[in-house]
Amino acid sequence: MSKKQNKLEALNLDAYYGDFHALKGINIAMEEKAVTAFIGPSGCGKSTFLRTFNRMNDYIDGFRVEGQILLDGKDIYQKEVRVDELRKEVGMVFQKPNPFPKSIFENVVYGLKIQGIKKKSVLEEAAEQSLRNAALWEEVKDKLDKSALALSGGQQQRLCIARALAISPSVLLMDEPASALDPISTAKIEELIYELKNDYTIVIVTHNMQQAGRVSDYTAFFYMGELVEFNKTKTMFTSPKDERTQNYITGRFG
Amino acid sequence: MTNSDINRLKDKAFQVFGVFCTFIGLVVLGIFLIDIIIEGVQRLNWDFLVNLPSRRASRAGILTAWVGTLWILVLTTIIAFPLGVAAGVYLEEYGKKNKMANFLEINIANLAGVPSIIYGLLGLEIFVRQMRLGGSLLAGALTLSLLILPIIIVTTREAIKAVPRSIRDGSFALGASKWQTVWHQVLPASFGGILTGIILALSRAVGEAAPLIVIGALAYVPFTPSTPLDEFTVLPIQIFNWTSRPQEAFLTNAAAAIIVLLVITFLLNGIAVYLRNKQQRKVRW
Amino acid sequence: MKVSEKIIEGLLWLSAAITILVTVGIIWVLLSESISFFQEVSLVEFLTEKEWTPLFADKKFGIMPLVAGTLLTTFVAIAVALPIGLTIAVYLNEYAHARMKQVVKPLLEVLATIPTVVYGFFALTVVTPFLQQLIPNLAGFNALSAGIVMGIMIIPMISSLSEDAISAVPRSLREAAYGMGSTRLQTSFGVMVPAASSGIVVSVILAISRAVGETMIVAIAAGQQPRLTLNPLVPIETITTYIVQVSMGDVPQGSLEYKTIFAAGITLFVFTFALNNLSFWIKKKYQEKYD
Repeated sequence: MSKKQNKLEALNLDAYYGDFHALKGINIAMEEKAVTAFIGPSGCGKSTFLRTFNRMNDYIDGFRVEGQILLDGKDIYQKEVRVDELRKEVGMVFQKPNPFPKSIFENVVYGLKIQGIKKKSVLEEAAEQSLRNAALWEEVKDKLDKSALALSGGQQQRLCIARALAISPSVLLMDEPASALDPISTAKIEELIYELKNDYTIVIVTHNMQQAGRVSDYTAFFYMGELVEFNKTKTMFTSPKDERTQNYITGRFG
Repeated sequence: MTNSDINRLKDKAFQVFGVFCTFIGLVVLGIFLIDIIIEGVQRLNWDFLVNLPSRRASRAGILTAWVGTLWILVLTTIIAFPLGVAAGVYLEEYGKKNKMANFLEINIANLAGVPSIIYGLLGLEIFVRQMRLGGSLLAGALTLSLLILPIIIVTTREAIKAVPRSIRDGSFALGASKWQTVWHQVLPASFGGILTGIILALSRAVGEAAPLIVIGALAYVPFTPSTPLDEFTVLPIQIFNWTSRPQEAFLTNAAAAIIVLLVITFLLNGIAVYLRNKQQRKVRW
Repeated sequence: MKVSEKIIEGLLWLSAAITILVTVGIIWVLLSESISFFQEVSLVEFLTEKEWTPLFADKKFGIMPLVAGTLLTTFVAIAVALPIGLTIAVYLNEYAHARMKQVVKPLLEVLATIPTVVYGFFALTVVTPFLQQLIPNLAGFNALSAGIVMGIMIIPMISSLSEDAISAVPRSLREAAYGMGSTRLQTSFGVMVPAASSGIVVSVILAISRAVGETMIVAIAAGQQPRLTLNPLVPIETITTYIVQVSMGDVPQGSLEYKTIFAAGITLFVFTFALNNLSFWIKKKYQEKYD
């Protein structure tokens, strides 16, 4: 692959929580408009790594990184980078649906409102578009002013995706987005991910091996803070190079 | 009787004693409220509420006292509300978990344990003398604000703590700044709890007499205050004053004034309890 | 970070910092006035003289009578509140139904919300006349009534903090006691109360601190006669009452009499400060033990 197509890159990335060395010398390059899955046992650093791409770890006391994270070739840990600008570019969906305790509409337009956009027509249009993109519009279009907490878990998660899409990011980070959902909701989210990769670069952390196989183009396997193997998902699942990867995907540990 | 019978008997006896202890406080409270009502309610009429104080018990009213109490409530809210909530937000959302935070925490717990009369001495020296506010409403409200500040800070922190981490993460991930997250998410979500704390703090302030006596609030004020720099009295001081008189008629006045003070106190507490229950019944996270 | 964000953070920090200013202010005010008091009255006289008569022609400045009055009312209050409060805590925890606990706890809290001036009225007009029927030589103003009423006010403080401490004892401990055939009483006082003892001690210390600083009840019902006595039946004067007494009168600012209230105030502050910090210290030690 040519350098131009790389949306996200990590170069010699190390991360620490105080004395704990959480990520060790990670190098990876992720292609634009593709889905990359991070897999590995609990505590292997995959979520920590995901959160370095939008600097969500900044709020944790004692957390620090060494090395570089490049978004479109620019280091996002440079001093002059503004975190709020970065997060408009790199959206995130969390493990458990976390709608704000406000109306559905207010949830979707929150990101726009805090940017200072107040014009009702703009907000309404953006809300509809994002909800459509998140395959939620038909279900909620008549109750936009109802509390988001009244939605089902699966709907809440799609609302959180719509909320992330509303500020038109180019990257979408997903931290086990379906782990708290039932199988039907999970299927809907996976379908949605498939649709979304036409427009977005997606990085997804998952515990679920089958899910990684179904939704991702590339897979990265992490173990004890190291990136063990990174390859096309198909290749990785059929002929893993590393023994640890082999053991993990065949379910021998984790 | 076997040993085991004796043990069972002791157990039963303690149970009876437990019921007795649990209800004795409530029974005493009940007796007291009934006593107050019987003694005071006959005196409680429109004239009593709108009359100025007087040396003659039958002509004396509590107009200046309840107007003063209302003034103090409003001014204390204006001063203590933003200050206490801001401090609570800083400690919970901004402050790093270091030595300084630890020190601030112990300091606030200490302030909460300082007797109210000491706040009176502080107010007397700083607000009355140094800032030359005299025994004014403003000096009184400032003194009481400092007194209830620890309560507001502690309850604000608890209310904020109850807002789940995931809400903040969701907001940050959408590019919101720290303050935007606090203002648009954390404060609205914790507002019920914060409000409850403030009302409880105010119900404490409304019953305070000692610090206001120390800063020089007067027992006898022949006019209702019209600006924050006017001298004043409040219901508790009026009650104290009447209770200290030897004549029976003034004790009746005190009882009637107590009814009014208790209505205000219970009303504030009732609102706080109602808000807390409503808050708890809201959709859980 | 934007400038406005910085400004807001600064303002919030300022609000938090005010709490330190308040502490500094209290200590500074008490110290500065007391120091000028002790330039006129020796510390030795203050601590050893057995009379307190700053408002009379023959001025004596011994704090002991005021301290004795304060300790006397406090002692009576704790003697009432500790057995009742602790019994309530044990009863609610081990005997009462959950429903009853839900109803009783907030009702008891009502006791703590009533303004103290109201309790003072109660002590003077109800409790003292009632006690005078039992104890004929009880004076109209006395430490006993004031202390008893103060004790009733403090009950919820001891009962709810102790109850919290007892409920925090691990279930396994209680089950072990029941498993060996203990009655509820034996489980409570043999296992639960000792295991929760530090929490209970904390509640009592905080209650003592509260009683020491209580003002209006004693100002109304305990009298205004500084007296070095342990007799609860006669009028006495507490530190707090003395401050109120002087504040009610016309004492010229800057006079020695005026400074006495700050000397009395710093004595009170030292007591409550020591008690509060003792309770924090115990609490911290106790938490480390269980974590």
